Amino acid sequence: MKILNILLSAFRALQRNKMRSFLTMLGIIIGVAAVIAMLAIGQGAEYSVKQQISSLGTNVLIVFPGSQQQGGVRTGAGTMTTLTEEDAAAIQKECPAVAFVSPGARSGGQVIAGNLNWGTSIEGGSADYLEIRKWTIEYGEFFSDQDVKAASKVCVLGRTVADNLFPEGSPVGQNIRIRNVPFRVIGVLAKKGQNAMGQDQDDVILAPYTTVLRRLSHFPYLRQILISATSSSNINAAQAQITELLRMRHKIAQYDSDDFTIRNQTDLAATATATTEILTILLASIASVSLLVGGIGIMNIMLVSVTERTREIGIRMSVGARGRDILTQFLIEALVLSLLGGILGILLGVAGSSAISNLAKWPTIITAFSIVLSFGFSIAIGIFFGFYPARKAAMLNPIDALRYE
Amino acid sequence: MIGHRTPSSASSNGALIRIDHLTKIYPLGEVDVHALRGVTVEVHRGEFVAIMGASGSGKSTFMNILGCLDKPTKGSYILEDIDVSKLTRDELAHIRNSKIGFVFQGFNLLSRTSAIENVELPLLYCSMPNKERKERAIAALERVGLGDRVHHLPNQLSGGQQQRVAIARALVNDPSIVLADEPTGNLDSRTSVEVMGIFQELNNHGITVILVTHEPDVAQFTKRHIVFRDGKIRGDKVNGTPRIAAEVLRDLPVIDDEEEES
Repeated sequence: MKILNILLSAFRALQRNKMRSFLTMLGIIIGVAAVIAMLAIGQGAEYSVKQQISSLGTNVLIVFPGSQQQGGVRTGAGTMTTLTEEDAAAIQKECPAVAFVSPGARSGGQVIAGNLNWGTSIEGGSADYLEIRKWTIEYGEFFSDQDVKAASKVCVLGRTVADNLFPEGSPVGQNIRIRNVPFRVIGVLAKKGQNAMGQDQDDVILAPYTTVLRRLSHFPYLRQILISATSSSNINAAQAQITELLRMRHKIAQYDSDDFTIRNQTDLAATATATTEILTILLASIASVSLLVGGIGIMNIMLVSVTERTREIGIRMSVGARGRDILTQFLIEALVLSLLGGILGILLGVAGSSAISNLAKWPTIITAFSIVLSFGFSIAIGIFFGFYPARKAAMLNPIDALRYE
Repeated sequence: MIGHRTPSSASSNGALIRIDHLTKIYPLGEVDVHALRGVTVEVHRGEFVAIMGASGSGKSTFMNILGCLDKPTKGSYILEDIDVSKLTRDELAHIRNSKIGFVFQGFNLLSRTSAIENVELPLLYCSMPNKERKERAIAALERVGLGDRVHHLPNQLSGGQQQRVAIARALVNDPSIVLADEPTGNLDSRTSVEVMGIFQELNNHGITVILVTHEPDVAQFTKRHIVFRDGKIRGDKVNGTPRIAAEVLRDLPVIDDEEEES
């Protein structure tokens, strides 16, 4: 029997029981739609996490001084006094994969402005600090290379600090005192919000690192060096160049370990992405359970249909249908059910996903992969659950089938 | 016609059907039911045979084996020089498709399927271009006088018309034999004669027809009577003077509903 004729007769058979065919398909429709919607939500979440991480700067590298080792006691990362301003200058000059360098210093303490005070941390950086952190000034201006060279006592306030010290009026041009050192406020940073760890990134004061080192911390070594690679794909090259340069500058013998540590954001990004991927898989597997239930629905209906149409099977066999003709016929019917269900399910899933992103404001992404996956899944279900009833029909004895009432 | 022949001697006479010592046993729980107890018979091309007998005589079992719907327990069945009793399920299906046409008591048409699609059914299982299939189906319907009912559904047709669709379906493949199992069982007497008329006409054109019936009236239209009893053939005689359906029909009074009531 030709495949086109089988398809035609399958459509006709399903048409005779429109309501039943639709209800059977509904299981597959809901299953496929759920898989598509869940994948869309999961992948949307994945995308927005990636976006947030790249807003931190995916091309950012941070060099920390290595841990100090004294007779077997290691005191933890960042305690060793190895990174100098000259190191930072050399990185800027000699590493071609490096775009910007901002030597880092940090201090903390009580900040006083008029009759208000606020405890916060003071970060030192170069004029390129904002460029590396992808941060902007809301009003006023940022300190210049000139300010850095001169170790000027100027600073820029984070949003939170500005709100607390200057609840009314602009802080720009005002003087504040940090641990009794007077600073002039020249700008306010744009709001950045919490970081991935939940810390308020706006609770900070930025000042030239030279000023922080000389006027506040009175400590000649750098806490860290903040570096941006020329692009996120160059991050490994930049890391290798910096490592080579610093090992040379610090005169580290070939087999000795580094006296510094370089970290980058891609590690963090990888972790966060892995987490959301697990979420996506979880959502999709829950949804695929409903697809499975839909498949069982198809099997159930096909079994009923085989019983109901036993006489028809007998007639077909008596005029020369072989077992495999009957098998194909019922298998195709199951396939048509699951395929139609799959197509309608994809449409519903796409519509549902866009409804979710419109109503709940969740980002959803529908990929070709998820459509191909759920479509393939529904075909597989049609074959898998259609096979048993079809085989049952094909194995019928022609006389018994003809006599069946 | 009954005789104990060896297959080799029988093959020379060109019989369409040669059945030799056929037995069929149905295992039914602990007892075996002997439906056929050694049947030997030959049917030649162009015969018109009635197989008669009371219910339980084995005639339906015999018919099922003749139609390749069932396999004998023992014995041989040779149809056009093919030993059908040794074939597989699929090979039997092919024989049914190419050599046998069935007509059943209950018509056995596919419901909600038009006359032409019912007639086309056997042709769907042998590869044939769609156009030729349609043409042959229409030709078969015209042959049974239903050329104007091609697209009617079974429930739009009378019993006699439905049986004629079934006969068209049996003919569409140019079978070697047409097997009819109580073809008039569900029809009134006038329609029965009409249907027998169609069989007679087909037989006059050389088609071999074997029909099962328990009505002697129906058997009168055939040329040979084989009588079954208790799984064996108890009588086999030629009917030299079959009734002609066309003549009977002409003499049959048209039943008037009013006359019936009064």
